[in-house]
Order: sequence, then structure tokens, then C-alpha cells
Amino acid sequence: MAEKLSALFSKSGLRQILMFASLFLLFAFFSLASPNFLTYENVIAILLATCVNGLLALGVTFVIITGGIDLSIGTVMTISSVMSGVFITFWKLPVFVGVLGGILTGVLAGFINGTVISKMKLPPFIATLGMMMIAKGLALVVSGCKPIYFNDAPIFNKIAMGSILGSIFPGLGEFPNAILWFILFIIIAHIILTRTALGRYTFAIGSNEEAARLSGLNVDKWKTIIYALCGMFVGIAGVIMASRLNSAQPALGQGYELDAIAAVVIGGTSLRGGEGSIIGTVIGALIMSTLTNGLRILSVPQEWQIVVSGIIIIGAVYLDIIRRSREV
Amino acid sequence: MKRFLIVTLISLFLIGFSITSAQRPYIAMISKGFQHQFWQAVKMGAEKAAKDLNVTITFEGPESEAMVDKQIEMLQAALAKKPAALCIAALDSKAVIPYLEKAHSMGIPVIGFDSGVDSDIPVTTVATDNIKAAGYAADMMAKFINRVGEVALVVHDQTSRTGIDRRDGFVNRIKQKYPLIKIVAIQYGGGDHLKSTDLAKAIIQAHPRLKGIFGANEGSAIGVINAVREMNKVGKIVVIGYDSGKQQIDAIKSGLMAGAITQNPVGMGYMAVEAAVKAIKGEKLPKFIDSGFYWYDKTNIDDPKIKQCLYE
Repeated sequence: MAEKLSALFSKSGLRQILMFASLFLLFAFFSLASPNFLTYENVIAILLATCVNGLLALGVTFVIITGGIDLSIGTVMTISSVMSGVFITFWKLPVFVGVLGGILTGVLAGFINGTVISKMKLPPFIATLGMMMIAKGLALVVSGCKPIYFNDAPIFNKIAMGSILGSIFPGLGEFPNAILWFILFIIIAHIILTRTALGRYTFAIGSNEEAARLSGLNVDKWKTIIYALCGMFVGIAGVIMASRLNSAQPALGQGYELDAIAAVVIGGTSLRGGEGSIIGTVIGALIMSTLTNGLRILSVPQEWQIVVSGIIIIGAVYLDIIRRSREV
Repeated sequence: MKRFLIVTLISLFLIGFSITSAQRPYIAMISKGFQHQFWQAVKMGAEKAAKDLNVTITFEGPESEAMVDKQIEMLQAALAKKPAALCIAALDSKAVIPYLEKAHSMGIPVIGFDSGVDSDIPVTTVATDNIKAAGYAADMMAKFINRVGEVALVVHDQTSRTGIDRRDGFVNRIKQKYPLIKIVAIQYGGGDHLKSTDLAKAIIQAHPRLKGIFGANEGSAIGVINAVREMNKVGKIVVIGYDSGKQQIDAIKSGLMAGAITQNPVGMGYMAVEAAVKAIKGEKLPKFIDSGFYWYDKTNIDDPKIKQCLYE
């Protein structure tokens, strides 16, 4: 049984088709089970619900492909949103400065993560665990333990919740910009991973770090860059979240890292590194939000929603393991 | 020389401390948190009472309401300071009992606030009657939807006392008094604004004839407001909230939210210290002191009595 399955999954192209198929099946199942599921509004709701987790997942995909992990993404996202709030609401700086400041906060946190991991040789798990707490604490410190609101800068809310597409094509109704941003950054992440030197090095480090070093790659430098890149996506997620909620909530964000990592794993990126794709991560994130949305629409008790999500994650990793056992 | 200096400083400090504590009774207050506006408001009330009644208080709490162990460390440290009374908002109603027993054996009166403890040791508990308050929210919901139709609940969690009481208070009142109102969904969002938004959207999507949603705490209520706005259901779905915060206040002023229940955190802090002072003097106290709640909406939101219970 395991062998047959692993033969099926050994081709990564086929694997992605299968993942699309499972997402499709999920949609088909929920559409048949409830007439309220497959409506334009609900599909938009699912896409919007995927944005924040999806952006975090995009960033951490790079890190996971190198064989690392980043547990700080949830709370770094929080401090990024809080810093945007500090810049825009407290310091009255222009909105674009605030947005940039939020994103750069993420980049800086990622850069520190990368430096600690590559230069001080701390295991990524520990380094980013530390950063998780630092970011959480600092978010409380700089916000004064209070939510920061963006009411004085109405344009900020439009970043995620305005509807550029809706105003161009009125037939689309409300099509939140957050989804457009998400799509844009999916494309950017995909290009970086598949078409640039940075992408190639990401895979090289993850497949065999020592070999990459011996072939002349400055592994420390590139690792730092990769963590900083992850931080950039996290910062963007922070801005999008703050924009959607029109506030920066300093106590929010912890636990989001696990959802994002789950999306990456469901998307077929191996936690052992060397393998993965942006498309997979996006489908993984979509599977997760479709599942939560669908189960909610069917009024499945929440306790069981959590159980089902857990089963899906174990199933996804199991598929990865049996596929690998075939290769070795 | 250096050592001498340090010893002198420490003893001076200790003398100073014992003088102040000899003059004014010291009450240790341990809350469930500190970063939440709610606890800041409780602290404000407690500090006012301390000033009025001429006692010294300390107010501390763990940074997250999940940190039961941290709260116990704080409890231990507080007992080491031998306070005249101890006020506690227990995160875990059972885990704190051994320490309350210790306080009891040391002759320190214990006052519960915000939530009770599974023990007879606290001389009294000052808290919101969440069942009563949520029942009132249900009455208001019934009023706004003319006693007929589908309603849903977004609650913070299914395990905490406040989550359970607010849910049951609302649900039971509807079942007892309003046979034509049907509760079609109860979902839990952990008090997380974003998660509550997405789940409220799913509820609205699943029940197109939904007439009202009750959000059982600040994060849940804001999630519901966001969902109603994002689904273009403003004016079609009655939103009733719980607790306070700038976004809820704005939503009420703009008509997005019909109204909300607020606890009386300032009063709770004040009454807890007041009860502690009475307990120190050996006065008899009732087992439960209801710190009360308020319904607030467009009409009374600027009333000073309400205003001091609302925090932005």
C-alpha cells in the first residue's frame, strides 16, 4: 500500500495536480453539502481569510526549504502591525512611511534571526523561539499594552479593504484589495524561488548545506538573506492584518506561526528541507481556510473542526514520508 | 565599605517599608492580566479605593490569561510579603487553592474578584453576574428583532467561566422567554479579532436569514462588526456586543452595533478593595458581591456613569 502510494506521489508534478484535486474535491464536497458554500461572496470570504496566513506561509516556505524553521512569524507580524501604528498614529507620519516601517520591522527581525542562526550557530528553533518572545514583549512595550487605531488615516484601511478591482469592474462587487496584494506577492515569491540565484541557493542549502558550502556558496550570508526575506513577507502580513482590522492589536498573533507552518507542510514542502514550492504553499493555505470555512458553514462543532485540521496535517506529512522512503 | 553601604541601604529600605506598612494596611491584588484595558480599569478603581480608604495596594497579573503558573508564582510572592488581605482573580479556580489555604492559615483574609474559586476560603467574591448580564443582552436582542428570527453567537471560548456563563446566560434566556427566536450557530473565536471576523462571515454565509449576532467579548464583538461590514449587512443584522473598546464605541455611535453590555471594572476594583478593608476589620460580608453591569447604546454612551466603565 505504502509503496503504491509513494510511487504515485514520487513525481512532483503529479503531486501538485493531486493537491489541486484535493482542494477541488473539498470545494465540491462543501458545495454539495451546503447551498450557502459556493457563492461569490463566500469564495471572496475564503480568499480574504487566506491572505494573512498565506503571506506568513509564503515567507516561511523559504526558511523551511533551507531546512530551518521560523517560530517568530506570528509575533513579528504583530510588532510589524504595531510599528505601522506607531508611525502613522503616534508620530503622524505619512501612511506609506508607516507601511514601509511595518515591513522593515519584519525584515529587521528576520535579519536578526538569520544572523543569530548563521553567525552564532544557534538552532533555528531556539533562535526564533527567542525572537517570538522578544517581538511579543516589544509589541506590548511600544504600544503601551493598548491597541492602536488608524482612524486618523482613513486611507490605511483601504490598503486591504478598499476595492480597486470592484471600482474598475462594478460587476465584481466588493473585491478586497488584500486579495490582490496576496496574489501579487505569490507571484513575487514564486519568481524569487524559481527564477533567481536566491531561489537556487535556498534549495541548495536545504538539500545539503555542507555541499553548498564546499561548492563555494557563502551559506551564512544567504541564510541571513533568506530569513530577512521571510521577515519581509511577515511584515507585509502585519500591515495587511492591521489594515483589515483598522487597528494594531498588540496581544494578537501568537499561534499564527503554527497555522502558517501547517499550510506550508500541507502544501508539500518538506520540513527536512531541500524541497517545496510556492504554489504548494498557496494551495496548502487555501485548503486550510476552505476547510475551516466549510466546516463552519456546515455548523460542525468547533472542537471537531480542530480535530479534522490535525488529521489533515498528519496525513499531509505522512504522504511526504512515504514518498521520501521510496527515494532513499 | 561597599558592603556596609549596601547593608545600610537595605536596612533603611526595610525600615521605611515596615513604617509605611505599619501605618497603612497592605492589600495584595493579583489579577488575571495587566495588558488588557479591562484590568487597567479594575486597577484604576482599586487605586481609587486605596486612596479613599487609606490603604496601600499592589496590583499585578500575568501577561496572558493562560499563564496559570505565573499567577501562582505571583501569589506565592505576595504571601511572602504578609499582606493584611489578599484579593485574587484566579485564572484557574482549583490551582490556587493550596495557596489560599496557606493564606487562611496565616490569618490573611482572601477576597475573590472577577471570578470565583472552588473553595470556601474567600470571604466574598466581587464579580459581574455574567449569566444575568448575558440574559439582559438576549432581552435586548429580542427587542431589536421583534422577538422572532434566527440569531447566532460568537463567543471567545467554550472552557472559561466567562465564555460559558455568557453563552448560557444568552441561550437560556432565549429558550425560556422567546420561543420564536432560533439560535442557529454558536462558534468560538478565541477572542481573536481576525479569526472571529472570518468565522462570523461563515455564519452569515451559512444562514442568509440571520437577524442578529451576539459577540460575547471585545474581540468577538469586533469580529462580528467587521463581518457585518465586509458582507454588506449593515442595518440588516443586529449586532450586540459585550465589553468595551474604541471600535465598539465607534460602531455604536455609527449605528453598526445596536448596543453592548459593559461590566463595571472600575467598580469591581473599588468594591474588591472596599471588601478587603471590611474583612481586615472583621466585618461580616455577603458571599457574593455583584459588581453590576450596564447596557450602553447611542443614547447613553456619553453618560458619565457609563463612560467610566468604557475604555478605549
